[in-house]
Amino acid sequence: MSEHPNKYYIPEQSKWPIIAAIGLFVTVIGAANFIQQSTDFVKNEGSLGLYLLIAGFLILVYMMIGWFRDTIKESLAGLNSKQMDTSYRMGMMWFIFSEVMFFGAFFGALFYTRLLTVPWLGGAGSNAMTHEVLWPTFQAMWPLVKTPDGTTLQAMGPWPLPFLNTALLITSGIFLSIAHHGIKTNARRTVVINLGISIVLGFTFLCVQAYEYYHAYHALGLTLHAGIYGSTFFLLTGFHGLHVTIGATLLLIMWCRILKGHFNPDNHFAFEAAAWYWHFVDVVWIFLFFVVYWL
Amino acid sequence: MDRITTTWLRPLLAVVPGILSRPLFAELQYDLTPGVTQISQDVFHLHRLMLYTCTAIGAGVFIFMLYAVLKHRKSKGHKAAQFHESTLIELTWTIIPFVILILMAIPATRVLKNMVDTRESALTIKVTGRQWKWHYEYLIYENDNSLKLSFESQLSTPREAYETPLRASGLFPLGLANYSGEAPKATNKDVNYLLEVDKPVVIPTGKKIRFLITADDVIHSWYVPEFGVKRDAIPGFINEIWTLVPEGKEGIYRGQCTELCGKGHGFMPIVVDARRPADFEQWLADSQEAQRIAAEEAANSVDATFAMETLLEEGEQAYLTTCAVCHQPNGQGGGAIPALAQADIATQPERIGEHINVVRNGRNAMPAFKDLLPPKTLAAIITYERNAWGNNTGQLVQPKDVVHDQ
Amino acid sequence: MSDHHPTGFSRWLFTTNHKDIGTMYLVLSFTLFLIGGLMAMVIRAELMYPGLQLVAPDFFNQMTTVHGLVMVFGAVMPAFVGLANWLIPLMIGAPDMALPRLNNWSFWILPFAFTILISSVIASMLGGGPAPNFGWTFYAPLSSKYGPASTDFFIFSVHLMGISSIMGAINVIVTILNLRAPGMTLMKMPLFVWTWLITAFLLIAVMPVLAGTVTMLLTDRHFGTSFFDAAGGGDPVLFQHVFWFFGHPEVYIMILPSFGIISAILPTFARKPLFGYASMVYATASIALLSFLVWAHHMFTVGLPLAGSLFFMYMTMLIAVPTGVKVFNWIATIWQGSMTFEVPMLFALAFVVLFTIGGLSGLMLAITPADQQYHDTYFVVAHFHYVLVTGAVFGIMAGVYYWLPKWTGVMFDITLAKWHFWCSVVFVNLLFFPMHFIGLAGMPRRIPDYGLQFADFNFWISIGGFGFGLSQLLLVAVLWKACVQRKGKKVDHQVWEGAEGLEWTLPSPTPYHTFSTPPTVH
Ligand code: HEA
Ligand code: HEA
Ligand code: CUA
Ligand SMILES: [Cu+2]
Repeated sequence: MSEHPNKYYIPEQSKWPIIAAIGLFVTVIGAANFIQQSTDFVKNEGSLGLYLLIAGFLILVYMMIGWFRDTIKESLAGLNSKQMDTSYRMGMMWFIFSEVMFFGAFFGALFYTRLLTVPWLGGAGSNAMTHEVLWPTFQAMWPLVKTPDGTTLQAMGPWPLPFLNTALLITSGIFLSIAHHGIKTNARRTVVINLGISIVLGFTFLCVQAYEYYHAYHALGLTLHAGIYGSTFFLLTGFHGLHVTIGATLLLIMWCRILKGHFNPDNHFAFEAAAWYWHFVDVVWIFLFFVVYWL
Repeated sequence: MDRITTTWLRPLLAVVPGILSRPLFAELQYDLTPGVTQISQDVFHLHRLMLYTCTAIGAGVFIFMLYAVLKHRKSKGHKAAQFHESTLIELTWTIIPFVILILMAIPATRVLKNMVDTRESALTIKVTGRQWKWHYEYLIYENDNSLKLSFESQLSTPREAYETPLRASGLFPLGLANYSGEAPKATNKDVNYLLEVDKPVVIPTGKKIRFLITADDVIHSWYVPEFGVKRDAIPGFINEIWTLVPEGKEGIYRGQCTELCGKGHGFMPIVVDARRPADFEQWLADSQEAQRIAAEEAANSVDATFAMETLLEEGEQAYLTTCAVCHQPNGQGGGAIPALAQADIATQPERIGEHINVVRNGRNAMPAFKDLLPPKTLAAIITYERNAWGNNTGQLVQPKDVVHDQ
Repeated sequence: MSDHHPTGFSRWLFTTNHKDIGTMYLVLSFTLFLIGGLMAMVIRAELMYPGLQLVAPDFFNQMTTVHGLVMVFGAVMPAFVGLANWLIPLMIGAPDMALPRLNNWSFWILPFAFTILISSVIASMLGGGPAPNFGWTFYAPLSSKYGPASTDFFIFSVHLMGISSIMGAINVIVTILNLRAPGMTLMKMPLFVWTWLITAFLLIAVMPVLAGTVTMLLTDRHFGTSFFDAAGGGDPVLFQHVFWFFGHPEVYIMILPSFGIISAILPTFARKPLFGYASMVYATASIALLSFLVWAHHMFTVGLPLAGSLFFMYMTMLIAVPTGVKVFNWIATIWQGSMTFEVPMLFALAFVVLFTIGGLSGLMLAITPADQQYHDTYFVVAHFHYVLVTGAVFGIMAGVYYWLPKWTGVMFDITLAKWHFWCSVVFVNLLFFPMHFIGLAGMPRRIPDYGLQFADFNFWISIGGFGFGLSQLLLVAVLWKACVQRKGKKVDHQVWEGAEGLEWTLPSPTPYHTFSTPPTVH
């Protein structure tokens, strides 16, 4: 911290934060209404919720384009000092840490139900009476293919689709690293090709995942309604899929920026941030592959 | 001193700790009850141990502070010393509290281990919390597991007693804590206001009793301070807890639901009636017999038909005890609870089947009543709902109409 | 760009200035404190006499719930973020927060989030469906299957608060780690900065878990999942585990920055350095780490396995050790000092005493068998109001009085402020101390009406409540005079005789931009 090459850049006023806040506000109001209207929860028909939700999204997209354009301009104008770069890096790392904790909540739920709740419902520990009086026919097992209330389903094995997906994500990560190396050595062609492959693999992953969901719903009876196995399965893989979508989109943006020649070996924080994010998504998947599909 | 002054003084004096006020105002409770069971007394001693240690530590800390505040002040010309940092001192005030904590943890561990040991109990009662009453089911007594006794127990304080306007209790209704005597005059409230039920759960003294605690809807919690028992009633799981009221401690013990369970949470008392084993056995036999007869009558009455007046009369009673908590005595509902008065479902003759089904099977937050109430009562309630508050459909629902979905 | 700053509405909407944003946070927080306080007044009015007096039981539950939520997420947390915004850059010699635009975003999310939450109360008052009525802990299934329609809006407003807190916390961490002036090593940072660094870490670690919790609640409500439903193999108690995994660190989030404030104030007015700076830092870090291992002490009656109960009991008790270290260090700091009793000092001393009382009752709650009696009674309510009101809130008030002259350039009305202090201390104890008694006597919390044996105390508690509430109007007056009317004696840069730290080297009021070139710390 001892050297301060240039002054820390404090941006002038910016309208994007308030727009972002309004965007979030409209989005969540829309989402809450939309969910209630589309699940018959309250008797207010109509599609106001949907319109609000879409409007909110549009505001958020508008905001992101604008906000990022501002920061890109600043970056290109050379306003970002080394110290500023560090700020961005640290910010991104802590953000990823918060994402890890978000997934942690769902992994925690998975472990808890799998290791404690389900055995307890089957009479383990001091829960003999829970089993005997309340769920006499229930059998504890994992995957929980028959829930206490009798819903049956089939579990999703690790083979072949999830395994294919693991391979896709890992290779995608490798290509990304090659691309990263390319940026550092200013080998633009390498970057464009390898990053491109990485992105294509990412989107392929999503297609496979979509097919897997289709299969689960139509052939396995594995749905969101299918007890705790379905709940944890879809929330974990679903949020992961959402993050893959975000990550792949980020990488796509980076790809365009590379075509525009935005990065150089010394200044490519945005690319690195996207790459970290992608690796994070990768690691979550590997973990998920083991505990959700395999074990 | 007239009554007003003493009642004003009482709470003030109560703040003065222990000895001073206690003999004078024994009825004003401001400490934990020692209770009647071994567990509750163990807990009580643990509580006192903690209370005294913590008070002592607090007092120690505050005395140092007070001394500093009084003596080490600039206005007294005290010059500030400049000492700081001392590993030795830091270590001391790390280790001493640590040791104190270990000394506290030892008895706590012992009592806790004892609490969860439900083996070798003589009587097993299943306790089910429902919005907003307790359901008791006697399962096993002295190895006899063919008991047939279950009933619901709910608040019996009349609504008028708590739905009172501000001034009915006087502007300064102090001295109410003096409740051991007769009912306080300033109010229309009885001494056991809000802590009385229609049917208490009866247990024998001198025997270990195991409670299997669970719930049907949301989480409740079964709490009887004098037993030192509090256990959450969790839907879908059974928690076991036990108690043993020593012989000679027969009597009525009161408690309340202690987990927020919706708007009736404050109106879900628990009353335990501990009797001598012989009395208990008598009661058990009598109650089983009574229940058997009632069940028979209900079975017979399924095919009977009743006159409008009979049903309306029984229906009103049953409605007030069972339905009015939510739908209100005037049928207006409120908040998320739909109104019944002038509601289509209760006024349009062709929707009578739907009406019956909702009562039988429940809907959203409303429980299914088909297994909770006998057919005659269901029929009476529905008849009442379709004819009260200006819903004059004139329709009559008989027990046989409600034994199946329509 | 010396002291020039934009004017009008756009100044506040578009700002990237840490002082502006800090001010907005503090104003929002104080507004919500008054709103949450008014709800507490409804609670106290209802409980003043036995019998249902004012509001229906369901509305009472809504008051309890929203009071807790607004106070925790709206009054205390934003107040700390506001103080962090104002002070951290000044204390470490930074030109601003590290990510100024993000900072403004973090703030502006909040008014919208609370608009959502509070509008459901207003809707309920106008005869709509009930507002959230399941307690601030929103246990499933009361909030899932049995929750009112407003629950979904509540869920999303919690999401918004979470985003805001996480972004705010990232900003604080990055600022502290990356923007310190040359020579400002970690172990030279003021304790307020240290406590906030650790608080920010806690926030980033647990707010996402809260977000996950409400998400599971949402999918349980609408998409058929069964996380909290035994029929599908889930468990209502799982909800409590994930909630309290967030919830317990959360309560330290609400106290650590106050610890930092007290550690700044006591040395100033005792004119004596903090007794054990390093051990204070280590103690704070230990509290933070331990706070991840104690969550189930809120669940001693759910039927945890014995080993679990014992583990959580021991861990909870252990927290008393580092907290004790802090208390003892404060006493050693004022010991042999040369004390004067300006308003911030009065609040700080009251903090030490009353927080300790709250902490000791916390220790009693930690004893599992005894907690079987205390749990969900007013004894718990007494405990957490001592640590929250006379702890967190008194800490915030002490801090505001301490730095207010620096911000405004004028000394606040001391007489009025002393009245505020004395009225507050007297009434707050009348308000919360007897809660111990009725709690021990067995009065459950979250009930709108109670048995007659609790009547006397409840009356006095309500009197204390109204008194304490009215006393806060004095604070409104003090702040109005100092901030809006700017009336009062001009102060120099030092303000308080014994104050030390970078912020006191700046002129009062602080210019709009400070430390544009970093100072050098020796
Ligand atoms: C600022 C917030 C804050 C703080 C700092 C604390 C601090 C502590 N809390 Fe508290 N707590 C809450 C906020 C807080 N709490 C809230 C909001 C709830 C209720 C939530 C709800 O249900 O709605 C709650 C509930 C709660 C419970 C659950 C009660 C129940 O529902 O049954 C427990 C149980 O263990 C507990 C324990 C503790 C302990 C051991 C500490 C310790 O950190 C205290 C440590 C401090 C000291 C001990 C005093 C100083 C130390 C010394 C002078 C040293 C010497 C002392 C000894 C060796 C004894 N708290
Ligand atoms: C930091 C947090 C915080 C703060 C500051 C407070 C402040 C207060 N709290 Fe609160 N409280 C909680 C956090 C907090 N509380 C939580 C988490 C719960 C648990 C909720 C749950 O169970 O889910 C709770 C629950 C709770 C209960 C239990 C409710 C129940 O179980 O049913 C009660 C009851 O007395 C209470 C009272 C008060 C009072 C009187 C104040 C006072 O200090 C408030 C004083 C402030 C004002 C009054 C505002 C300023 C004045 C005016 C605007 C002028 C007008 C004034 C008058 C007309 C007199 N609180
Ligand atoms: Cu049942 Cu509270
Ligand atoms: Cu806690």
